[in-house]
Amino acid sequence: MLKRIYAVFVARNREFLRDRGTLAWNILMPVILVFGLAFVFGGEGRNQYTVGVLQAAPEIDAGQHPFLESRFIEFVPIADQEDGFRKVARHRLDLLVRFGDRRYWVNPESPRGYFAERLLLQSDTTVGGQMQKAQISGDPIRYVDWVLPGILGMNMMFSCLFGVGYVVVRYRKNGFLKRLRATPLQPSEFIVAQVASRLLLVLIVTAFVYLATHFILDTRMDGSYFTLCLVAIVGCISMVSLGLLIAARVTSEELAGGLLNMISWPMMILSGVWFSLEGAGPAVQGLAKIFPLTHILDSARAVMLDGATLVDIAPSMIMLTLLSLAFLALGARYFRWGPD
Amino acid sequence: MQIALEARNLVKRYPGVVAVNDVSFKVREGICFGLLGPNGAGKTTTVEIIEGVTPATAGEVYYFGELAGRRFREEAGIQFQNTALQDYLTVRETLEMFQKLYDRHADLDRVIEDCSLGELLERDNRKLSGGQRQRLFLAVALVNAPRLVFLDEPTTGLDPQARRNFWTLVQRIQAQGTTIILTTHYMDEAHVLCDEIAIMDEGQVIASGAPDDLLRSRYEGLVIELPVDDISGELDGIDHVVYDNQGIVEIMSTDVSQSLEALAPRVVNLNRIKIRQPNLEDLFLDLTGHSLRS
Repeated sequence: MLKRIYAVFVARNREFLRDRGTLAWNILMPVILVFGLAFVFGGEGRNQYTVGVLQAAPEIDAGQHPFLESRFIEFVPIADQEDGFRKVARHRLDLLVRFGDRRYWVNPESPRGYFAERLLLQSDTTVGGQMQKAQISGDPIRYVDWVLPGILGMNMMFSCLFGVGYVVVRYRKNGFLKRLRATPLQPSEFIVAQVASRLLLVLIVTAFVYLATHFILDTRMDGSYFTLCLVAIVGCISMVSLGLLIAARVTSEELAGGLLNMISWPMMILSGVWFSLEGAGPAVQGLAKIFPLTHILDSARAVMLDGATLVDIAPSMIMLTLLSLAFLALGARYFRWGPD
Repeated sequence: MQIALEARNLVKRYPGVVAVNDVSFKVREGICFGLLGPNGAGKTTTVEIIEGVTPATAGEVYYFGELAGRRFREEAGIQFQNTALQDYLTVRETLEMFQKLYDRHADLDRVIEDCSLGELLERDNRKLSGGQRQRLFLAVALVNAPRLVFLDEPTTGLDPQARRNFWTLVQRIQAQGTTIILTTHYMDEAHVLCDEIAIMDEGQVIASGAPDDLLRSRYEGLVIELPVDDISGELDGIDHVVYDNQGIVEIMSTDVSQSLEALAPRVVNLNRIKIRQPNLEDLFLDLTGHSLRS
């Protein structure tokens, strides 16, 4: 028995080691991840809270209040008060502080805001006199309202990338694509069919999840359902197209899995699924703009939380359309039916 | 009869290997044409070049006189040696899906009947036996009422009964006027099914023609077979003796009575002697110096 186990063990090791793409990926993936995370959350470690400081100057003087010396809090200068209020309301800032007249604003629906407020008040006692809490006009947006588009978008991303990319690689590996190639079916027809199939499935699932949460949790919807649906459709097409591009030539499921992870994880971290990257550096925020998920979430949140119209989200929609066209064109260009 | 398909000077090179080396042949309409040879001879690569699924390094393929293209894809039916179908689909759904990929449509009920799939229509593809899968693959190749059907090693892995059933099926398809190109390493299969054959070895066609013509032109007489263990002395003075690697001695004889007389004193057990017609396997062995199964 041990002999047979050993034989299979050796064979599998050889298979893995001789699959250079997968091997390279398994070595590169953790390296890229470590360097990537170090870049995004570099410095003194990942900051836990993001606090806006209302002031005209672009630089924050840490000497004006002990709270500013707190570790693991990202302090972001905010010049426009209304912009600051909006960011607090939309959970992009955990707290907004103005040290000049000793006032602060917090979203009562934000758990992170609650803890940031505790830290502020604790540090404030050393200066004397309590800082005054001020109200933000309008309904506070609950965290669930803010995070729902993120969860729906993340689910869409995984479903599109893995549901298409991984499956196409499996079809190629087991010869099903070769069988299709022997028919009059064209690569572009195959790709369109895949996009359409996944689009339908993802939209049904997303609509179901959205409706369920909407009715059970009474989530906020300030915009038009038509515009939101359009965001979902264009976003889904961009994600499926990206999955097809990744799967265009890959023949190993392991390599495909690695590549799909390489794409999906940075998107999940940088596109603002769970938390806002308000305090991140401009390079990171710029990098996030190349990901379709960033535009999907920005658009969906704008429609759902701010009642944005199609015109308001046009830049993101145009970007998603351009990304989709680029992914589809490259996917069709480099698509191959078989492993040869 | 028209030439349905012509392969001209096909070449396929991989790094360090010439898999197909200047292969040419013509296939007349309505016949069953066999491409024979051992595993690795280049049969499948040749056929996949013709089918358009593997690009050739050089050479052309003509279908009814024109370069194989869209019309060829529409009118050809292909059963691959290694392929898969979508999981979770039933036999009926699979056939319907493939039929929708073509403009030409066969009568699906007829295809189902011809391929004996009637009782399997609602079965999941994953739950088919080897023989059932092969019949489904053949049915998939027939959904477009093809004028030309490629069968690549269709009976590999089937039990003898399933193989013979498959042969009957192929003969039925040919009887409907369909041209068939069959690749196989089973010489008995080729002899039963093929009107013409091309024998390949090391990427080249080394002989071609009608099987009986090829055998007649090469051999006169019969083959006497006996186990090496049953021979007690030397076989000096007996012509055309071949020792194969299975422990069998083969003697080509134009006069069986005379050969048996000469053999009798040197054989300890006459009960295991076999006398048979020369076959394509003998021809292959003669042409290449090695067995099909070596």
